[in-house]
Amino acid sequence: MDEEKSIFWNRRRQTACSIWAAVAYLAIGLLAGLLISPQWYQVDYHMVFAPPSFIHPFGTDYMGRDMFFRSLKGLSNSIMVGLASTAVSSVIALALGVAAAVKGGVVDRFVNWCVDLCMGIPHLILLLLISFMMGRGAKGVLAAVALTHWPELTRLVRAEVLQICSAQYVQASYRMGKSWLQVAWSHMVPQMLPVYLIGVVLLFPHAIMHEAAVTFLGFGFPAEVPAIGVVLSESMSYIATGKWWMAVFPGLLLLLAVLLLDVAGENLKRLVNPNSGNE
Amino acid sequence: MKRLVKLVLRMASLLAAVSILAFLMMAKAPMDPLTAYIGVNSTISEEAKEEAIEYWNLDGPPVERFLAWAGNTLKGDFGESIVYKQPVLTVIKERFQYSLALMLASWLCSGVFGFALGVLAAVYKDSILDKVIKSVCLVFQSSPTFWVGLLALSIFAVNLGWFPIGLAAPMGKLASEVTLGERVHHLILPAATLSILGIGKITLYTRQKLLEILGSEFILYAKARGEGIWQIVGRHGLKNIAIPAVTVQFASFSELFGGIALAESVFSYPGIGSAVTAAGLGGDVPLLLGIAIFSALFVFTGNFIANILYGAIDPRIKEGGFRG
Repeated sequence: MDEEKSIFWNRRRQTACSIWAAVAYLAIGLLAGLLISPQWYQVDYHMVFAPPSFIHPFGTDYMGRDMFFRSLKGLSNSIMVGLASTAVSSVIALALGVAAAVKGGVVDRFVNWCVDLCMGIPHLILLLLISFMMGRGAKGVLAAVALTHWPELTRLVRAEVLQICSAQYVQASYRMGKSWLQVAWSHMVPQMLPVYLIGVVLLFPHAIMHEAAVTFLGFGFPAEVPAIGVVLSESMSYIATGKWWMAVFPGLLLLLAVLLLDVAGENLKRLVNPNSGNE
Repeated sequence: MKRLVKLVLRMASLLAAVSILAFLMMAKAPMDPLTAYIGVNSTISEEAKEEAIEYWNLDGPPVERFLAWAGNTLKGDFGESIVYKQPVLTVIKERFQYSLALMLASWLCSGVFGFALGVLAAVYKDSILDKVIKSVCLVFQSSPTFWVGLLALSIFAVNLGWFPIGLAAPMGKLASEVTLGERVHHLILPAATLSILGIGKITLYTRQKLLEILGSEFILYAKARGEGIWQIVGRHGLKNIAIPAVTVQFASFSELFGGIALAESVFSYPGIGSAVTAAGLGGDVPLLLGIAIFSALFVFTGNFIANILYGAIDPRIKEGGFRG
């Protein structure tokens, strides 16, 4: 019985399930956000502070807006910011990491120095500074989140490429007169792609979380845009009077997104890592 | 020794770069340089304005402005905070005491509990206890700090009434009359919130490391000699994982500093984290710059300690023969 179960519920299936769950959650969140019309969470002063019920599963806020649709819309905004900034950060990380490892010397030292510089300021403070520079708002949070998530991934890419650099086929390729860009693109990037992609997947939840945090502090989306951060910072004023649902559910949506992505990424990582292959 | 000098030099260069970067970002902000230094609602006279322009060289190009600012900063003058109407250094000093208490409490708390839980999870690997600890840590790692703070506030302060709602001392009481007990009472919820941020990482790290050690051959030999699992952990395990775990904990200063910004604004705790939010929202450039540099200094200190500890664990790094 036990044996049968473990054959059915093995790590491959676990990983597949976790990935599908994460993808499905993101897709639903994104789609729902695009389909929801603002009418569904419009102001309704007859329904102010309604606790969760069948009509309003997440309750309503101080203007009678439906929290369920507002939170979903906010989640989809967060996911979109996450997607855009992950794309930007991962490209920066790939370029810098490969250049540092392949060129070595001054380039390597410079990239490392940049990574240290970026990691030297606490991440949240850096986000606030960039958002402040851009004049806050949607543009500010997007720039801040997109421009600050590359250092860790850069380190990962650099370490991976360094291992491949001394391989014979890479050396042979150089001898055949290929330029370092050609070698990097045709021999190194495909080699480290799995590790890189997992790094990108693990970056995504961070981006989502930081978007919400920056917005929560008032440096991100303005108050009229539905965003998890906005909803939560509004709930702060009402929590002392016992309106718990305003904080609990939107945060739960965010937590679920981060958790599912994290678990999917970690499972993928274990699957690819040869050291845990025989567990 | 050579390594230490190199480290200090590197940190000095990074700190200088952080100042330049932060200053450039502030200069790029859509704001008039004079307004950035005296605030939008300033009522000071034309003469005082002229003086400020002269002192900070606000009419010059950004490079000259930076040099004026850097010169004053090196003399210890960070300017006047607009939001708090006090010198920036005074604001930072005053608020850092509160933040330090908060950070220290949560840092110790997450370190001690995280380490203990990690050891427990590794010793009872694959048991229910291990699974529970692992799942809880995963959830903790993924939960937004500010949301955890809101939940804690709603449950323990509002519904149960065990703790006060926010602030660092009872309202309307003079600072000299506040007792230590009251301070601790106000500190517990924010500190617990912050610990939740860090505890997952250190637990999973400790578990991983201890499992690696327990899988090695000298442990097998110890088992063959008849040592029990706790004897093994006590004699061989802890020694091998304690320093790496402490190092990881020191390297987490950056997250800790970000965490206080969130936790303090949830609990309206008058520390440096709520000051940075107020400064950003109020367009208080001098204070924002001061805190940015101060936070970088704080993180570098943590990394510096971590680096020294690395050297202590792994002599190869100290010799400089190992390129990591």
